[in-house]
Amino acid sequence: MNEVEIRKELEQDRNSVNSLNELNDLKVKYLGKKGLITELNSEIKNVPNEEKKEFGMMVNSLRNDFNSFYEEKKKVLEEEILNEKLKSEAIDITLPSTKVISGAPNMLEELVEQVEEVFMSMGYDVVDGPEIELDKYNFEMLNIPKGHPARDAQDTFYIEGEEVLLRSQTSPVQVRTMLEGKGEKPVRIICPGKTYRRDDDDATHSHQFMQIEGLLVDKDISLSDLKGTLDVLFKKLFGEDTETRFHPSYYQFTEPSVEVDITCHKCKGQGCNICKNTGWITVVGAGVVHPNVLRMSGYDPEVWSGFAFGFGADRLTMLKYDINDCRAIYNTDLREAKAFDRKEAE
Amino acid sequence: MISLEWVKEYIDISDQDLVELARKITESGINVEKVITNHIDNLTIGEVVECVDHPDSDHLHVCQVNIGDKTTQIVCGAPNVRTGLKVIVALPGAVLPGDFEIKKSKIRGVESNGMICALYELGLEEKTEEAYNRGIEELKEDAPVGKDPIKYLGLDDTLYELDIHKHRNNDCYYHIGFAYEIGAILNRSVTLPEDNYSEVKDSIKDKFSLSVETEKCPYYLAKMVRNVKVGESPDFIKKRLIAAGMRPINNVVDISNYVMLEYGQPLHFFDKNKLGNKVLVRDAKEGEEVVTLDGNLRVLKSSDIVITDGVKPVCIAGVMGGENTEVDNNTTDILIEAAIFDPVSIRYTAANLDLRSEASIRYGKGLSYEYTDKALSRACYLLEKYAGAEILSDIVKHDKVDKTIQTVEFKAEDVNKLLGITISEDDMKVELGRLDFPYELKDGKFIVSIPKRRLDIDPNVNDIAEEIGRLYGYQNLVSTLPRVPIKRGDYIGDVKYKKQVSKRLRRLGLNETKTYTLVSPELAKMFKYEDKENVVLPNPMSVDKSVVRTTLIPSLLGVYDYNKKRKVKDIMLYEIAKTYDKEYTEDSKICGLMSGVYMSNGWSIKQKVDFYVVKGIVEDILDYMGFKNRYTFELGTCSDLHPGVSADIMLDRKKIGVIGKVHPTISKDDIYVFELSLQALMTKIKPIKYKEAPKYPAIEKDCAFILDKDITSGEVMNTIKRAAGRLLTDINVFDVYTGENVSSDKKSIAYKLTFMDPNRTLTDEEVMEVFNNVISKVEEVHKAELRDK
Repeated sequence: MNEVEIRKELEQDRNSVNSLNELNDLKVKYLGKKGLITELNSEIKNVPNEEKKEFGMMVNSLRNDFNSFYEEKKKVLEEEILNEKLKSEAIDITLPSTKVISGAPNMLEELVEQVEEVFMSMGYDVVDGPEIELDKYNFEMLNIPKGHPARDAQDTFYIEGEEVLLRSQTSPVQVRTMLEGKGEKPVRIICPGKTYRRDDDDATHSHQFMQIEGLLVDKDISLSDLKGTLDVLFKKLFGEDTETRFHPSYYQFTEPSVEVDITCHKCKGQGCNICKNTGWITVVGAGVVHPNVLRMSGYDPEVWSGFAFGFGADRLTMLKYDINDCRAIYNTDLREAKAFDRKEAE
Repeated sequence: MISLEWVKEYIDISDQDLVELARKITESGINVEKVITNHIDNLTIGEVVECVDHPDSDHLHVCQVNIGDKTTQIVCGAPNVRTGLKVIVALPGAVLPGDFEIKKSKIRGVESNGMICALYELGLEEKTEEAYNRGIEELKEDAPVGKDPIKYLGLDDTLYELDIHKHRNNDCYYHIGFAYEIGAILNRSVTLPEDNYSEVKDSIKDKFSLSVETEKCPYYLAKMVRNVKVGESPDFIKKRLIAAGMRPINNVVDISNYVMLEYGQPLHFFDKNKLGNKVLVRDAKEGEEVVTLDGNLRVLKSSDIVITDGVKPVCIAGVMGGENTEVDNNTTDILIEAAIFDPVSIRYTAANLDLRSEASIRYGKGLSYEYTDKALSRACYLLEKYAGAEILSDIVKHDKVDKTIQTVEFKAEDVNKLLGITISEDDMKVELGRLDFPYELKDGKFIVSIPKRRLDIDPNVNDIAEEIGRLYGYQNLVSTLPRVPIKRGDYIGDVKYKKQVSKRLRRLGLNETKTYTLVSPELAKMFKYEDKENVVLPNPMSVDKSVVRTTLIPSLLGVYDYNKKRKVKDIMLYEIAKTYDKEYTEDSKICGLMSGVYMSNGWSIKQKVDFYVVKGIVEDILDYMGFKNRYTFELGTCSDLHPGVSADIMLDRKKIGVIGKVHPTISKDDIYVFELSLQALMTKIKPIKYKEAPKYPAIEKDCAFILDKDITSGEVMNTIKRAAGRLLTDINVFDVYTGENVSSDKKSIAYKLTFMDPNRTLTDEEVMEVFNNVISKVEEVHKAELRDK
């Protein structure tokens, strides 16, 4: 075939190719050993010398045209095949996922960890101590001698006479920490922990509950510092618009003693059923560490001063998460617990 | 309950808005819980003009009552209602205490336009059985019909109901003490009531002797009066007692109560003629008996204090008088006791006898001797004036009270530092003046004497700062932060380990629980895999919560049951909590419970919890805590776990916990549990070390052995490791098979062995040599047969 015929033939073949196999057959047909172009090329020996160059260029151009057709077509066909494959691999993306394993914190623990985070950022260490305690640490060294009426309010589970008990507060951890400090080291701790009192369990009482107490002993520490510190905590827990307010109170281990109110997070101080229409909720007992307590633990009140505070983590959890029955904390109904398996809002 | 009308006698508050005053008092630390004004709308004085029996009742009466502008019909059930009686009528629209609104109604078919009231129904008297039996209040004949009965009774008063913190319970509980508190707040002075009386020549000393043989009575005063005429109290005493919630009885009894409410000092009046000539105060004898004023026989303990006539008890000191010396209508001569008793002792006695009297409440809080003399004088004054008494001269006295005035020295700056405020020396003077605390100022130092009435104040600057602070107003404090070095806090000791494990377990899909430390004796006995005895509470609230647990497993089973009952299917739980044994040795336990499907998408993948999932959790925890390759699992010994599906967890060959399936006799469900000692994980571990990934290729070899069924994979693996030596870097089980082609007493386990040398490429020959050695060793040691040879 001459050039014109080959081109005419290729023009026809071009449109009839539908698969890679057919395409490769074409390659053989044109460029194979006995291919049309190969054969045309072998005609060069019969071409006069002065035309050989021109003939050669003609065959080359023919070959190039075929090759570029071949590459183009190959690309198109391969793409079609890939698309076909992708289409066949499609899945129903609405079917349920494989649940990645993850467990929730207990709701009380969630709140405790938030509190711990705030205080650790302010340099407080988080410490715990024994739940079976000596009367000495639970009461006596906190300025509550035997027979003192302040003991009546904390109806205590005694284990052995009047000496060994289930701690009724986490304050003994403060005493132990101060004793370790030997009157020389500043103290900055919070102690969240289980405490026990002789209460019948109901929606608002629990014989076991969690207390978080804090203690800072350093130099020139004032009641205003306590207010600033608690401000930081409650703004973090209940929002930047939360205000704190002190009013006078009484505890054996602090003097002056205060109760701390925060503006009701529910109504923002407008008055609602949670704050009994006062706009305020009392959440913390606190004060300046009593000089007797400092002295008993080896700190000279002339040199050192500090503040201490304590609150019920259960109650704070109930407030924050709007829980009506404190037993919810101890039941661990997984249908409720799962809601806590996420980060808290900022 | 404080009557403001009464307080007015000691301090001028006529210009005060009493609600606003209550707010100020509350802000400064004495919590006024409620301001009660006892005015009630639609209350009027009526006269019963006709009273007939209700046609349809055996106790109701139908009364026509003149209420001034008209006569109205009221049905009344009181037994003492009768024609001609002046009564208190609540008309429709009146709202009585307890939000009880009076409405027009029909009572058993008869129209009733109101209610005839007793004082307790108006909240003017405590609702006692006695008050209830007395029926409706009978007003005097001069009571003006149509007028406000509360005003007529002189009971229009404002009352403060106080909720006082313990330390101010003594001095703010009586009217004069409360007046001082108002005085501090308003910066006004207090005037004490009149107590000048005249005495007759005769001296008490000739008629009466006193001895005190107990240290629990540091102060005892006695005064004698004679020719007393028992009768009705003057109106002002009656009204004030009613306002304070006490029922007037007669002038003598009322005066003792009145003085107690004024000065906070309980007085006891003995009938002198019944008492005799002697008083001996001593500790009670164990089992000693006395009949008290309320008619009950009381058996005493040696910790109680008694007043005796030298032989028999005539009064339980500070708690209640004896019937044998009670003042009655025929009493003429009275011995007045004004004393101080040990508050702790009185509290114990009152609690032991379950006898809370007005006196025991006050003594229990602690009393200062400051007003004991005053109260005694005041009682003499009132008895002389209102009961015609003649007062004998002299006082019989026992006085062992420490009268040292306590002082405290400080600078204004000390107070400022504690509170974080700045008040000047001059302002400090003003504040101390308001408190009525005597002071001297020397070289910038205040020397303050603490008044005896303020038992709550200890001689240190903190106590003064509290007083200054509460008057300054805590609401005025600014917020500052302590000026302390900046550092980041940390979890310390066991708390740190607890948090690490806790976070890891949550990541592994277990939900945190919190259960109770105290359990029932039955629960405490379950899953006892350690040789530990329990702490048992001597006085538990209930048997259910009477034992301190040594393991958390039973508690988590409780949570499992709770959730199962609520149709929760896949239950993954953990708890980390402290446990204690009988020696009070503490051990924090990490406990997990898993049941149901661990990982699933619900329609194609379903990994159920089995022993190996739970084992994986335990291994992950141990690896995470840095104990890789240091632990093993040995056949279980805990009898509440499935004997064939349980293990003891060993760390460095020491048992640190258990794992296994709950025994079918305890639960038929497939429940798996584990428990580990947190304490055991609190040891030092090596720091993380970077190890470059191997450069040379590893060679893997597979082999499967047919083994006797009772040979464990662990044993075979140990043999393989020993035989292979250091070139073996990893070993994995990739198939366990029983069934066709393996006889029923055998099983087949297939292992994939990985060989590698970190420094060179291994040749196939040397690996084959080791591999063949492994095979022959396993065949030899375990009588195994290489499968598919």
